[in-house]
Amino acid sequence: MSLDTPGPDALNASAVLRLTVNGQTHRVAAAPTRRLSDVLREELGLIGTKVGCDAGDCGACTVLLDGAPVCACLTAAGQAEGRRVETVESAENAALERLRASFTRHGAAQCGICTPGMLMAAAALLEEIDAPDAAQVDAAIGGVLCRCTGYTKIIAAIVDAGRGAEARDDRASEAEAYPAAGSAVGARIARLDGEAKVTGTERFGADWAMGDMLEIRAIRSPYPHAAFEFGDLDGWRAAKDGVEAVFTAADLPGRNSYGVIEVFADQPAFAEGVARFRGEAVAIVVGEPEAIAALDLGEFPVTWRELAPVMEPEEARADGAPQLHEGRPGNLLTRGFVTQGDVEAGLAASAHVVEGAMKTGYVEHAYIEPEAGIAWMEGGVLTVRACTQAPGMDRDALAEMLDLPLQRVRVLPAATGGGFGSKLDISLQPYLGLAALMTGRPARMVYSRAESLQATTKRHPGEMTARIGCDDEGRVTAMRFDGVFNTGAYASWGPTVANRVPVHASGPYRAPNYRAEGLAIHTHGPVSGAFRGFGVPQAAILQETLFDQLAEAADKDRLAFRIRNAFRPGDHTATGQTLNDGCGIVDCLEALAEPWRRALAEADTRNAKARWGGAADRWGVGVASCWYGCGNTSLPNPSTIKFGLTSGGVPVLHQGAMDIGQGANTVIAQIAADAAGLPLERIRLVDADTARTPDAGKTSASRQTYVTGRAAEAAGRALRALILRAANVDGDAKLTLGPGVVTVRQGDAERRIDLASLPADAEGYVFRAEEQYDPPTTPLDENGQGAPYAVYGWGAQIAELRVDTKLGTVFVERLTAAHDVGRAINPMLAEGQVEGGVAQGLELALMEEYLPGRTENLHDYLIPTSGDMPEIRTMLIERPDPEGPFGAKGLGEHALIPTAPAILNAIRHASGAELTQLPALPHRVLAAIDAAREQGRRI
Amino acid sequence: MAESDVGVRTAEAARTAQRYVRPRDLSEALDLLAGGGWLVLAGGTDVYPATTRQELPGSVLDLTAVEELKGVERSDGGLRIGACATWRAVVAAETPPALDALRHAARQVGGRQIQTTGTVGGNLCNASPAADGVPPLLALDASVELASADNGVRRLPLAEFITGPRRTALGPEELVTAILIPEDALTGASAFEKLGARAHLVISIAMSAARVTVQDGAIASAALAIGACSPVACRLPEIERQLVGEAADLKALADLVSDEAVAAALSPIDDPRASASYRNQAAGEIVRRALARAIASAKRGTASMTEQDQ
Repeated sequence: MSLDTPGPDALNASAVLRLTVNGQTHRVAAAPTRRLSDVLREELGLIGTKVGCDAGDCGACTVLLDGAPVCACLTAAGQAEGRRVETVESAENAALERLRASFTRHGAAQCGICTPGMLMAAAALLEEIDAPDAAQVDAAIGGVLCRCTGYTKIIAAIVDAGRGAEARDDRASEAEAYPAAGSAVGARIARLDGEAKVTGTERFGADWAMGDMLEIRAIRSPYPHAAFEFGDLDGWRAAKDGVEAVFTAADLPGRNSYGVIEVFADQPAFAEGVARFRGEAVAIVVGEPEAIAALDLGEFPVTWRELAPVMEPEEARADGAPQLHEGRPGNLLTRGFVTQGDVEAGLAASAHVVEGAMKTGYVEHAYIEPEAGIAWMEGGVLTVRACTQAPGMDRDALAEMLDLPLQRVRVLPAATGGGFGSKLDISLQPYLGLAALMTGRPARMVYSRAESLQATTKRHPGEMTARIGCDDEGRVTAMRFDGVFNTGAYASWGPTVANRVPVHASGPYRAPNYRAEGLAIHTHGPVSGAFRGFGVPQAAILQETLFDQLAEAADKDRLAFRIRNAFRPGDHTATGQTLNDGCGIVDCLEALAEPWRRALAEADTRNAKARWGGAADRWGVGVASCWYGCGNTSLPNPSTIKFGLTSGGVPVLHQGAMDIGQGANTVIAQIAADAAGLPLERIRLVDADTARTPDAGKTSASRQTYVTGRAAEAAGRALRALILRAANVDGDAKLTLGPGVVTVRQGDAERRIDLASLPADAEGYVFRAEEQYDPPTTPLDENGQGAPYAVYGWGAQIAELRVDTKLGTVFVERLTAAHDVGRAINPMLAEGQVEGGVAQGLELALMEEYLPGRTENLHDYLIPTSGDMPEIRTMLIERPDPEGPFGAKGLGEHALIPTAPAILNAIRHASGAELTQLPALPHRVLAAIDAAREQGRRI
Repeated sequence: MAESDVGVRTAEAARTAQRYVRPRDLSEALDLLAGGGWLVLAGGTDVYPATTRQELPGSVLDLTAVEELKGVERSDGGLRIGACATWRAVVAAETPPALDALRHAARQVGGRQIQTTGTVGGNLCNASPAADGVPPLLALDASVELASADNGVRRLPLAEFITGPRRTALGPEELVTAILIPEDALTGASAFEKLGARAHLVISIAMSAARVTVQDGAIASAALAIGACSPVACRLPEIERQLVGEAADLKALADLVSDEAVAAALSPIDDPRASASYRNQAAGEIVRRALARAIASAKRGTASMTEQDQ
């Protein structure tokens, strides 16, 4: 049948399409107007093609049509007939094969959700241009968004793939071969779980399907605040073929509230009577996939009565404002407070005092993978496979909400396509669990992009004020900070933000007189939760921009001012904690001294030329620092690692630290390998799985390398000790693994342990170790005094940029980042964290603001594209922390904290513009430039 | 090569009587359209984002197999851009410098993926106030060719075709078949300026196209257009008139094209991308930049022709 010739047959959408995909021709029954992405994934099982937006905004679904890149989500399947379709699974594309290898070598895939789209866009480019340069690569991948990598390693990998192996000259940036036993830590190895990410076989939440599977969609509030009543739900369901069930709060067997912090648990799976934010779920509809897809949810029997919302903390705190939750008067969720010395006296005695305010907006995590997952019953156990950063917390929440004992819930995470904090909270897990439990059938749910934007957590908007003083010598004498954070409708991580901010608001600097308060205030806005930095990035923006003004007032160089005030080992923080020898902020700042001088000189030269030529461009340089405590604030925070050796001689690492792209699978294995003295390439990983792998806690607070790393180090040493004891040797013996044998050599002595002769446990291990580590912290008292974290990480960055002073546009050209990681367990992965952090810091400064109802897609909500990234020069500083594994500290969140303030300081340096509201969109920058001109500040 | 069958039997039975047609001939397309009830599909880059469903509702007339709608070619009266010419086709076509603004815009419509399938005609029919294709085409004095089975072919100036945000003069049984650029407008050189908050995939805060001809060091003709600052992108006829006869001197542009004069022609709104007052302020600047680049290009063109003549 030809669709090209209209006739009675062709005029029917029930068609059999002939699609030639990766060289194979398929006959597929599918509507010709169905999105090609959906046909590839659902009919042909080619799940390598990812769907991030269904709107052509993200490029994750890029495939080749006759060699040209298209978004499969915008392509009618019928348009692909008679043409050559290539997907990431293709085994026939030589360029793609080179790209896969190059992406692996360069660490260009982190979470992996954008990788198929990147690979296909790059493959199209290599068809056109054999050896593209970076600018050509940028143009070719500009249509594919990545949220993890900051694009740097992706561009390098594509350029490299084009050049071919012979011409490569920058091998220093590439992965090494597997290191020998005992030297895995510090090795620049490719990620252990990387292959699936470049072949399209990695399975994310939306990539799992089961026969007899039901599909779920949610009914959500269109209003930020509304009362609602259901109509005849049973009647509606009965009238819809293929709809199995409608579930609401009434159907939830357990408690209809959850929270990441138990004492604040307040968020229902289904709102009851009143919805408190736009996008809050009130019901789910469960049924056969085709029937669910065809539903018009606008017909769902629910009546809304819009109520007046409070959207800003100021309104929410006012007398008579609607109260979101009982027992939280003034809509105050929680208050964090730290004080030492006498701040007012300190300020009064200061030679120079500056003060300022800063307002930041909601920021969306915008991982390219919208939430997705599947759940099913297996031998009476509810099994949930979905995206997550915290499998153990998901299990606990599900058990509570579904009223199941813990052992009847198994969380088996799917590959997670980015998280950045939001996937710490449960999202669709209760709907998956409820549907599977009540129907007995597998149930799947995939959030649309709009749904993901509406329903999941955001970075807390902050309204902050501060005053900082210093003496004549430029020593900070006192700082007062007040931050009001819009925590939205439910608690989520609001208490963490309110508590973390006052601890960190000094920046990594001494402030002998200090008072900082953080308030988390409920509004009818989106739920604010965890987002890379828990409020610290917002506070650093104000503190670091005021530091520039203070340095200027004291007539000090801005970098020298920071070095003078930076913490040294032995100093006390604002919480009274004595810093150990791991305090490396001075090392970071001093490492920037040379780049700082060069950058200032370059900017001066360019500005002189621009002034002479009457050009609108001005160049500026800014610097800012960070510190960040790794792990929970003053709360227990354990990780457990299990490490076994099978009778066959295979070391198996039960590694439960969720790898959401950051690299825990690799880093934790590197640590465990060296602690045990076993070769890394022999280790087999068992991922997070609440049934098989002990809880390594959540992937948050930059804690995995440190906390789980310590547990892995302990487990490695314990396993080694067991083996040595069996061989009756000690200490520095060398272990060699063979099939069923471990050989232990010490000096000239050699012992062979016949593993097969030893009794194995239920999991097949003849030796097994399981070790837990919990950071030693102390609670904060009523003045916020205590030791809230056992390990801090440190960093400082320089931004160099150009401001178009006529249009207010900003172009960040170079970012030099010095980060003290204690010990870079894997330098390539550490660089990836810095580069990705810089990208998110840049967006925080320049682009992103989530406006409910207005930016609910990825073309109105802007995250950086490849062309927005500066050159990034990463300097990894290694000042070991006595508490960290092999001296290592956390890095994940640190990397984004200095970026935004460094950019704002550079904008001010370039143009005089002082921004008091973010993002620094062109209209705000231009207005600030105009204000600076009026106030006579130089430009 | 092996063939595999996927779910053929079950799905065949289940479908409803929606229609999907992908004709090869324009006349077939027009005949079908005359029957009514069709959603017209070309590159799909605006049609699919408008639905959350996996397949398009209703009956779909897919124009992407109609070869006669795809060309970018010289015709008797000037240049004819087929309505289904993609942005990639515009970039790939050999066109005179007057079309540089359009080619430049074509490289900035979405990413490569969008440019591969998105069409010029679709961009006009979608009638977004921020459509990047519109200012360059306005500066080219483009008109739109419309055809229907019953009423044949008619032409409308582009400015009359787009009647408001997301509104056009397209009749229910009509297709846009081509964009026509008159011979006169193929002269001179042009440039495009796009102002947005990120490098790729960005909806314009404002954008401007300028086309000029330069003779003996003076501006002989000028066409200026600006988009995303009014419900429909527009020309700036007052300023264009004043430019004619002025020296083609880049330094004097600030006097010739003032912020106030540009802003007077506009009615921008506040949106998440920028404030209205910013658009008023920035509009003059991007018009001047587009004009400056067009003048520089025109002078270079003149110079190189002179060199060739010698």
